[in-house]
Amino acid sequence: METATHTQSARINPKIIVPFVDSVRRVFATMVGVQTTVQRPHLKALAAPTYDVSSIIGFSGDIVGSVIVSFQKEAAERLASAFAGMSITADMPDFPDAIGELANMIAGGAKKHLGTLASITVPSVVIGSGHVIARLSDVPCIVIPCQTPVGAFAVEISIKQIKPARSNQGGAQ
Amino acid sequence: MRVLLVDDSCTMRNIQKRILNALGNMQFAEAGDGVEALKILFSTPEAFDLVLIDWNMPNMDGHSLVQRIREKDKTTPLIMCTTEAEKARVIDAIKAGVNNYVIKPFTPEMLIERVTTTLSKLKAAA
Ligand SMILES: [Mg+2]
Repeated sequence: METATHTQSARINPKIIVPFVDSVRRVFATMVGVQTTVQRPHLKALAAPTYDVSSIIGFSGDIVGSVIVSFQKEAAERLASAFAGMSITADMPDFPDAIGELANMIAGGAKKHLGTLASITVPSVVIGSGHVIARLSDVPCIVIPCQTPVGAFAVEISIKQIKPARSNQGGAQ
Repeated sequence: MRVLLVDDSCTMRNIQKRILNALGNMQFAEAGDGVEALKILFSTPEAFDLVLIDWNMPNMDGHSLVQRIREKDKTTPLIMCTTEAEKARVIDAIKAGVNNYVIKPFTPEMLIERVTTTLSKLKAAA
């Protein structure tokens, strides 16, 4: 048990966590008008499901992998509505659009502070309770649980740096 | 004022519209990617007073779009509005020919300020 705990904490790298926590808080405070409470990050089991609505952003360049922002359905609807400034339900075309753009801003905002230059893909959105999203098997998945007054979501980070940090990218110098 | 909004998120374009409407008498055109934006820009006889351009979009990204616009058009004011925030990205965008840069997430005040200072700087220089 002790070894497992040790391994878990060793693989949860604050240099990855902190940029995402800051970015989540900034995106929701600035563009949704919602304060986010972040709980203790943990490692995710390989095939554990996410929440009901997930937006996936791929990373390429000096960093590879993916980041998933996954919401409880009701939280997703209410956060998307607050972001868009109009009522949005899960059956509307604006719903995946709003959820995708929130994930884009979270991933993009964190990316600057990862200390290297990576590119992100446009978001894909998956809707359906209990879905499982496959990811790179050699990269641990760190889950950052987040609470808002309108429900829960989680940021699942499964990325690895494949090139050493650059010194001139602005974010992490 | 005639503004072209280029962003693959229609939610983002709606937010930008709502904020920029505060400037009064606005006319908007919209594109979801660079290819659509080029079509609108080069088929519309009347020039736009401003183009707001996202970076991460399908088909043609905002950086390529700025390069393509500047091959033919050196004057239309272009503002990048993106989550891409690295110094290297901002430098690339300026090299490609943007007049200003807004980083997402932004407040309404930030967007208005960036748009008005860009337009008044260009007016003063003209
Ligand atoms: Mg985009």
